[in-house]
Amino acid sequence: MLFPELLEAITSKVPWNIILNTFQVLLKGMVVTVEVAVGALFLGIVLGLVLGLGRVYGGSLVSKVIAIFVLILRALPPVLTIFILFYAVTSIINLPPLLAGILSLGLSSGAFQAEIFRGAILGVPDGQMISARALGMTKGEAIRTIIIPQAFRLAIPSWSNEAALVIKNSSLVYVLGIPDMMRQAQYAAARTAEPFLIFSLTALAYYLLILLANKGLSALDQKFRIPTLELEL
Amino acid sequence: MNNQPVIACQDIHKKFGQTEVLKGVSFDVFNSEVIVIIGPSGTGKSTLLRCLNLLTIPDQGKVWLEGEEITAPKVDINVVRQKMGMVFQDFNLFSHLTAIDNINVGLEKVCHFKKNEANEKALMHLNQVGLVDKKDLYPGQLSGGQQQRVAIARALAMDPVVMLFDEPTSALDPELIGEVLIVMKNLAKSGMTMIMVSHELGFAREVSNRIIFMENGVIGEQGSPEKLFTNPQNARTAQFLHKINELYGSTEEEQIAGKDVL
Repeated sequence: MLFPELLEAITSKVPWNIILNTFQVLLKGMVVTVEVAVGALFLGIVLGLVLGLGRVYGGSLVSKVIAIFVLILRALPPVLTIFILFYAVTSIINLPPLLAGILSLGLSSGAFQAEIFRGAILGVPDGQMISARALGMTKGEAIRTIIIPQAFRLAIPSWSNEAALVIKNSSLVYVLGIPDMMRQAQYAAARTAEPFLIFSLTALAYYLLILLANKGLSALDQKFRIPTLELEL
Repeated sequence: MNNQPVIACQDIHKKFGQTEVLKGVSFDVFNSEVIVIIGPSGTGKSTLLRCLNLLTIPDQGKVWLEGEEITAPKVDINVVRQKMGMVFQDFNLFSHLTAIDNINVGLEKVCHFKKNEANEKALMHLNQVGLVDKKDLYPGQLSGGQQQRVAIARALAMDPVVMLFDEPTSALDPELIGEVLIVMKNLAKSGMTMIMVSHELGFAREVSNRIIFMENGVIGEQGSPEKLFTNPQNARTAQFLHKINELYGSTEEEQIAGKDVL
């Protein structure tokens, strides 16, 4: 009976207690990571929508100002945004690190989402706005009831990509000492002297998180897909 | 008959960059008149139509709707546009809304109808264009002809005093043109004031009271269909009508098979 013995030999080598322990610690960190990512994405969506709308409908001056603002934010490495915001702002008002992290990642993501929404708004055919105005809708009503619902649908695939990036970028808040999943992983790696194992488990945890987010967004995409004549392509 | 025109325009000019598309166009349209605007492409027919409901703001000139000057400052154009239905070449139905919601959205957002009142009125107008059974389908699930009929119903639901049609059948397959023209003919019969940019000479001959021939940004010639078709005064009008007839003439009669239905 070779196999049970081999199995026994292997399983006895696996440090189950470390793995179990790591999972507990990572789970604690994951709560913080989700907090940061969801907070940043929410802030980013609000900011991105406002900036994207301003870019398309705001007239040439507003559009130009937003374009420059967005370009600067997109050019900054997110970790630098975190440093600038944290050290600059905390010198004026007392900002908790978690909030500073969410704020800076949200700002950074907002700049990218502004471009996503701008593209999506421009992707809605002109005729939609024209026919809304021809019915007597004001520009604001047309944007709210006709343009935005269609632009959101167009934005979902790129937005799903941005969500994955923000989840990953949320690991950068560890520089502020926030106990997110990355920070917890580092602690565990140092404590156990099993960096390969610990970081592999962490990678798996990030993978699962992003998989979940993408699955959720695909479901949303499917749910809001506008029906057409059924074509099997 | 009331002698005040439903819609009137005077000396409309419009430039796009260096190109002067409209070079001073004036005409009056009276109650229940059906006007068809024809002419070679690029002569400003669609621009003229859009200047009437100010989707395009004319550089110069005035437009009146039921005696009120709508090009005057301080006129709320959104209120004015409710009285002018518009139908487009490529339908422009709201692609994220079902047929009935395409009609509801204007009634609810612009006319402030309650949901159930809007639904009732929307169903009535869908019935008018023969599409009640398609009410829950999205534009992407409808044929071009059906989409255009929903678009007509959407415009009619706002109870307009005039309907503007911008080449309503140009994007349709020949076999779908008939169903849209039937709806438009019924509309004309019901006394709706209509202005239509089109190459449907069969429709123009049969239904319209007056044809306006546009050329190079001005009205080249206008008059009753009989006059224009049988005895055009302008050599260019004759030439254009001849060319169009050559292109569409024979099939035109078949498309107007709707005659039997009426």
